[in-house]
Amino acid sequence: MSRSRAAVWALHGTLAVAVILTLLPLWWMLVASLSPAGAVDAEPLRLIPRALTAEHYEALLTRLPLARSLANSALVAGCVTVLSVLVNSMAGYAFAKLRFAGRDAILRVLLGALVVPSQVAMLPLFLLLKQMHLINGYGGVIVPAAASIFGIYLMRQYALSIPDSLLDAARIDGASELRIYRSVVLPLCRPILVTMAIFTFLGTWNDFLWPLIVLSDEDVQTLPVALANLFGEHVQDTELVMAGSVLAVLPVVVAFLCLQRHYIEGLTLGSVKG
Amino acid sequence: MTGAMARAGAWLTAPALALLGVFFFLPVAGSLGLSFTDFDIYALGNPELLRFVGLDNYLQLLRSPRFWIALRNTLVFCAVAGPLSVAVSLAAALLLHSPRLRLKGFFRTAFFLPVVTTLVAVAATWRYLYHPRHGLLDHALGLLGIAPIDWLGDPRWALPAIILLAVWKNFGFNMVIFLAGLQSIPGSLYEAARIDGAGWWRQLRHVTLPMLRPTLLFVALITAIGYLQLFAEPYVMTGGGPSDATLSIVLLMYEEGFRWWNLGYAAAIAVVLFAIILATTLLPLGLLRRRP
Repeated sequence: MSRSRAAVWALHGTLAVAVILTLLPLWWMLVASLSPAGAVDAEPLRLIPRALTAEHYEALLTRLPLARSLANSALVAGCVTVLSVLVNSMAGYAFAKLRFAGRDAILRVLLGALVVPSQVAMLPLFLLLKQMHLINGYGGVIVPAAASIFGIYLMRQYALSIPDSLLDAARIDGASELRIYRSVVLPLCRPILVTMAIFTFLGTWNDFLWPLIVLSDEDVQTLPVALANLFGEHVQDTELVMAGSVLAVLPVVVAFLCLQRHYIEGLTLGSVKG
Repeated sequence: MTGAMARAGAWLTAPALALLGVFFFLPVAGSLGLSFTDFDIYALGNPELLRFVGLDNYLQLLRSPRFWIALRNTLVFCAVAGPLSVAVSLAAALLLHSPRLRLKGFFRTAFFLPVVTTLVAVAATWRYLYHPRHGLLDHALGLLGIAPIDWLGDPRWALPAIILLAVWKNFGFNMVIFLAGLQSIPGSLYEAARIDGAGWWRQLRHVTLPMLRPTLLFVALITAIGYLQLFAEPYVMTGGGPSDATLSIVLLMYEEGFRWWNLGYAAAIAVVLFAIILATTLLPLGLLRRRP
């Protein structure tokens, strides 16, 4: 009895220590961002702050163009999310439930292409977008991300569970196929649509390499790109850079904490069942 | 009715297929084509200067010491950080799966939090944590009597430092997948094992791990593929240095392609990356097929 109680204590103790170690870097980021300039370098370890200031946030949002980057990130992530949920859900539903010529062959090609890393497409894609005058604009990030094979696959897996009888009943009532998609399929698939939306929003918000390639003008840069530049120019201003990092991390962390049930469900749907 | 359905199927898939065709499949094929040309900054201005050079880019790649350094770094990173983060994820999942654990949701959320953070932001944070004078890590080592290590400035320690960051950032993701796998193991198997007198360790070895095999394989695969694409960590923390100790394949591709505009040469690097990832994907699938 006492031995197993000790085991339970050891379990909780181990996990508590692990949680502290896991969250420590994020806590340090937050504390540093709220400390007066130079405080981190003067006295290294100060996990409970003595004096707090918002001056770095003020500087970032007024003097430096980070407010603009924040807006750019929100705009780009918002557009990609709305567009890709629409495009992928239409295709995913069709692959699951509609019989059309070449369906299975196309699906096989798409799933096979899941192993192709996105970096392989980047060099020609850059040249292509340059031809289309989409470089250095939001379009260069939004348009190529509007369809994703993984999103189509997630939607298809979910839509497979819609009973055919439900769709046939709507057809017998005279509903058009587009109407069935809008009024029957979309409401039934709400959970997976929410999951896809969170995945896409967080993924786009955090994305770095492609925005770094496409968005070279400060006016259109998303937060991670602007942050990397800030880091390059102000590497000595630890507190300022940490404030920028908090601005990037906070929105996604809050979004995740509010919607984590959908996120984690989707993650296991996409992996274990697939 | 079937005609209407076939038409609807075509229309509903058309936007996705058109976008994927133009912005994914075409460029992927283009990469292969580009890798056989000498596309550089002059050709960027005037495409008529473009020449077909056959396998020259690949031969140049094989002769380039930096390519071999980048390849070695990427494979070492993948071979060390991969198993390490799978092991940490599995350990965390096993602890969280204990039936007597309270606050399971809290622990899961806390461990998952680094996964959703912005890589550039946390890489910047870790760069300060690794600082030899003011950094938290060397301070903690100092308390243990260990002399400070110049993590990101010392070629021997820079890659391990990036591995540690990657494990911290990613273990929560695999942990959640392992948890789902653990939950799908029928409780009756553990009961039978207990009746046979198996303790915790033998239950783990003879029930949990064999039942987790498919999950383990999946997790190992996506982790390896993700790690082969290492880029942002070295870009933000070290710029590939010191003396190329953290140069990765994708970082080399980025530098050659988008800093020096050697797009033909960079495309050859991209094709090599693809070949490595393809081999990594097919290898375990082959193993799985042989041993059902």
